[in-house]
Amino acid sequence: MRPLLLLLLIGCLIAPARAAIEAYQFDSPQMEADYNQLIDELRCLVCQNQNLAGSDAELAQDLRRETYEMLQQGKSQQEVVDFMVARYGDFVLYRPQVKSSTYLLWLGPFLLLVVVLTIVVRRLRAAARPVDVDDDALSSARQLLEEDEPEETDDKRESEDKSGEDAGTKDQDEPDK
Amino acid sequence: MIRFALPLAVFVLMVGLLGYGLRLDPKKVPSPLIDKQAPAFSLAMLEDPARKLSTGDMMGQVWVLNVWASWCVSCRAEHEVITNLAGRNLVTVVGLNYKDKPEDAKRWLQQFGNPYATSVIDGDGRVGIDWGVYGVPETFVIGADGEIKYKHIGPVTHESLEKKIMPVLKELLS
Repeated sequence: MRPLLLLLLIGCLIAPARAAIEAYQFDSPQMEADYNQLIDELRCLVCQNQNLAGSDAELAQDLRRETYEMLQQGKSQQEVVDFMVARYGDFVLYRPQVKSSTYLLWLGPFLLLVVVLTIVVRRLRAAARPVDVDDDALSSARQLLEEDEPEETDDKRESEDKSGEDAGTKDQDEPDK
Repeated sequence: MIRFALPLAVFVLMVGLLGYGLRLDPKKVPSPLIDKQAPAFSLAMLEDPARKLSTGDMMGQVWVLNVWASWCVSCRAEHEVITNLAGRNLVTVVGLNYKDKPEDAKRWLQQFGNPYATSVIDGDGRVGIDWGVYGVPETFVIGADGEIKYKHIGPVTHESLEKKIMPVLKELLS
């Protein structure tokens, strides 16, 4: 079991497979990092659940080329993203921009968390709060219990003796009756 | 009762939303270019690569740009419909020959007929990227003001021509 687990863990560390086979030469390591981040975060529109890095579709190749050329021309990551969004819409972004139409997307989970936490806290508080019973009702209830209890137990004891059952279990049953 | 009403309401809401989601076609990505100026191009014509057609040449008239390629199977399916549209002589239908070999494209037109006023060559697909093309065929309707008014993704059928494209064209031409 242990070696298998270890193998799985090592598998997780290996970088995901890439379809990108083009050997692009970059002017700086920073540019290469920018490029890799961009093709990781941009969606391929042909095979829609893949990013540009993972897709071998022709359009993905073209868009990788476009990304590379724009970076080589000294354009920023944001400019590349804007270029893609202007043509294909927000759908190309695996990491949607924060703007008025995506507030719900970004803040929704936190909103949901706040709502759920509020409900949970309220319930817990309600459960912890001592129950209000007015004194009259309490004393009359106590009186009733004191009156009834001895008689009831006596009855039970008698029946137990008759049936000859284990007294222990009956004692446990008592509060329910 | 109230104990069950809330989960039931949530369940019904979820089923409603998921049911709606199932009916959407994820392959149809709305174009951000609608009602924006059509991206400019100046491309060589397939029939005569020495001559060029640019978006500027089309300014002032309503026209249709149909993205096609000889390697595209759905293009053959919609070819008949595009021919039908071009035959009505309502608008100029321009072809954008997308990532194709000119000789293949010419052979394709010879074989099936050429509905296009002209086809322009987008060999490396750059103009396609500018127009947000991500699958062939795609069909754009461009107004006299040079704005993209409508985009059809996938093959145009007789039904989508009558119900989607013709109304847009009629409004633009009236």
